[in-house]
Amino acid sequence: MSTTTADLHGAPAEPAVNYLNASYGIKSWLLTLDHKRIGLLYLGTITLMFVVGGVAATLMRLHLVEPQGALFEPETYNKMFSTHGIIMVFFFLVPSIPATLGNFCIPLMIGARDVAFPKLNLLSWYIFVTGCAFALYGTVAGGVDTGWTFYPPYSSLYAQTHVVAVALGIFIAGFSSILTGLNFIVTIHKMRAPGMTWFRLPLFIWALYATSLIFVLGTPVIAITVFLLGLERLLHVGIFDPAVGGDPLLFQHLFWFYSHPAVYIMILPGMGVISELITALSRKKIFGYSFVAFSSLSIAVISFIVWGHHMFVTGQALYAGLVFSVLSFLVAIPSAVKVFNWTATLYRGSISYEAPMLYALGFIGLFTIGGLTGLFLASLATDVHLNGTYFIVAHFHYIMVGGAVMAYLGGIHFWWPKISGRMYPDMWARISAAIIFIGFNLTFFPQFMLGYLGMPRRYAVYPAEFQVLNVMSSAGASILGIGYVIPLVYLIWSMRYGPVAGPNPWKAKGLEWTIPSPPPTENFEEIPIVTEDAYNYPAIEAHQYPDAPGVARV
Amino acid sequence: MIGFLQPVFNTLTVQVPFQPPAASSIAEGVDKLYLVLSGITAFFTVLIFSIILVFMVKYRRRKDDEVPIATHTPLVVELTWTIIPSLICAVLFVWAAALYVQNGRPPASSTEVFVIGKQWMWHLQHPEGPREINELHVPVGVPIKLTMTSQDVIHDFYIPAFRVKKDVLPGRFTSLWFEPTETGTYHLFCAQYCGTNHSEMIGWVYVMSPRDYANWLAGGEKSESLSQLGERLFSQYGCDNCHVPEGNGRAPSLVGVYGKPEKLQNGETRVVDESLIQQAILNPNSVRLPNYEPVMPTYQGQIDEDQMLQLIAYVKSLGSQERKGQGQ
Repeated sequence: MSTTTADLHGAPAEPAVNYLNASYGIKSWLLTLDHKRIGLLYLGTITLMFVVGGVAATLMRLHLVEPQGALFEPETYNKMFSTHGIIMVFFFLVPSIPATLGNFCIPLMIGARDVAFPKLNLLSWYIFVTGCAFALYGTVAGGVDTGWTFYPPYSSLYAQTHVVAVALGIFIAGFSSILTGLNFIVTIHKMRAPGMTWFRLPLFIWALYATSLIFVLGTPVIAITVFLLGLERLLHVGIFDPAVGGDPLLFQHLFWFYSHPAVYIMILPGMGVISELITALSRKKIFGYSFVAFSSLSIAVISFIVWGHHMFVTGQALYAGLVFSVLSFLVAIPSAVKVFNWTATLYRGSISYEAPMLYALGFIGLFTIGGLTGLFLASLATDVHLNGTYFIVAHFHYIMVGGAVMAYLGGIHFWWPKISGRMYPDMWARISAAIIFIGFNLTFFPQFMLGYLGMPRRYAVYPAEFQVLNVMSSAGASILGIGYVIPLVYLIWSMRYGPVAGPNPWKAKGLEWTIPSPPPTENFEEIPIVTEDAYNYPAIEAHQYPDAPGVARV
Repeated sequence: MIGFLQPVFNTLTVQVPFQPPAASSIAEGVDKLYLVLSGITAFFTVLIFSIILVFMVKYRRRKDDEVPIATHTPLVVELTWTIIPSLICAVLFVWAAALYVQNGRPPASSTEVFVIGKQWMWHLQHPEGPREINELHVPVGVPIKLTMTSQDVIHDFYIPAFRVKKDVLPGRFTSLWFEPTETGTYHLFCAQYCGTNHSEMIGWVYVMSPRDYANWLAGGEKSESLSQLGERLFSQYGCDNCHVPEGNGRAPSLVGVYGKPEKLQNGETRVVDESLIQQAILNPNSVRLPNYEPVMPTYQGQIDEDQMLQLIAYVKSLGSQERKGQGQ
């Protein structure tokens, strides 16, 4: 298994037999129990879903170029934003980093041959695909127009669209999350290599552990919520119908009890990726390891008790509003701690400008803006004005796209040599990272301004004075779209034509970089014994400087 | 692709607005908080961006085999950047919460206007009788309290220029208040997605000088006031057979009950408000008073939101008569 062949150009070797070529044929993929192949199955699936959600977003932005709406009837526009939200949240962002990079990396990073339950892992993917199928069926059969939030009684009694099919898709996909979370928790507890203590774990693993806790504890609640919604729609049981004694706000409590933590399902793994990227590409130990690790856990815990900040203007009790406001401010603190620690990690580093680093730095900047604008919404008095406007849209896109998607792309670029064994053209990768950063800001910054001016979200037509900012946003979206297409092209290209990467192109620390690229099916020929902390990059103590040779400039 | 950028070029002479009109007594306070939050956001964003840029230049990799100087993590640094954001958050919370509490409390002298949201329009009813659709005329300088309910799905009543917003829910009443400070015409939006024509559930608020407002009131077609309409319903449905004002009927007198706490049969004590009156009409036995037989039928399905508001206005008017009576 460990035999290697030299590349024709004398480049670093790549193993003759690896997880990609160990067996051939569709069947060998569809029945695989290899966590790496399952990660790739997810990668393909969520890329498809991202394209669907992205097309919907593009059409929305095109429509909004004109105040009276350039393309669609309001009904169609409503289906566009609903499809965009549902697909992107439940079928792209939630599984994105955990199910692809998490699946691929966890065993490699903790020194294991696979996850704890490989068959369950494959089952999770089949469940996810089934969920996707229902959601896509609902979309193709005529769409759904409730928004991704499904608020009753609109969704339960009034909407004439395919609510049940899509809700069922979300219900089913939820089980995939639960099983993946369970699998990761057990894997991280039980499968660590000898010497891989909790405080030697890469921070990506800590982040995925925190995420898995939310998967396991939070997802059942959304499953119950959409199940009740289905019952309500099909059988009119009246749980959310005030006319027969039900309560529409009960749905919102249940929905946000999951969907706020779900925001952290999306961003926590991204934060974990950033910790890996920043350290590897500045060749520095992470600044404040335990603070970064525990901030992930505290974010996961606090995320469960802030849901009421989505409901400040529903007529919720005054004291409930105050409590949820103060708890929401609390989330800001571990998030700030992470940003400061990442920034401090760069201090005196050996900073490379390779593409993953550009994504990571972009993440820090955009997440900072996304996080700080969250303060406007945790603040009760300003939330009253901004809730339900484009300010909210801008804020959560800074977190979910500027944050989570940047981290996802950064992670893909970072681990791509390990996944595929090949390098992509770094110049194109840098260019696309820059295009994405510029396009993103042009798309979403004007939306903060629109929100403050009072433009409500989910408007198919809007007053003319909002047009300039909307056109800017749409222009940005077209740039952003180009930025997303370029990596799709060169990554696929690189699989065949890219130069061979070798085991460790970044000279990064971490067990995944000690094995060949692509890794053999069993990952490690021998299970490694870990003797050092994470990110143990060579460094010179300041008191030895400047006598030490080869030192970086300070 | 450049084609759709055309509107940008066409509108370059148009000023891009940065601030919505501020036309209510609370707008200035909210804007001040917004400005400070923007300042904090700008400060930390610039701080982080500049540190990153400086580090990127100063510590860029010059040789592939260079070895960086070790940095250590002093606890005091971690504590500093934990405590400073905590303090900032604490100040912001208190400020925003105090403002919210203050902004949420309507003055006792508010004029009450009833609002019914339905797909996809706003019905507004003034106490003097005039009814409006998607338009609200109010005098400047007078606090207005809106009591709102929905006939179908959840809506949200939003006037950006006043910085006020509140969901409008079926089956319950929510309220918001504002005191317009500038005459003018302002947007009224539905800010909770409510179906196909959500974005057309919009209208205008006309803030008028007191004289213009008086003219507007006088100019409209004469109609009975809400409480008069309610009084008519009250006898039409036979409510007055049992709810006799003297209190010796089969049901309690409603004179002066509005705003008063009442101890119910089930032991609960509740203040008589819009929701309780609605509940008493739709599901009477759930809020029965002790010493009264459960003889009242339910009016579920017979009384729509319009009529409900009229009945509530009538019960309220009984309360105020009583208070006047006590004053004499």
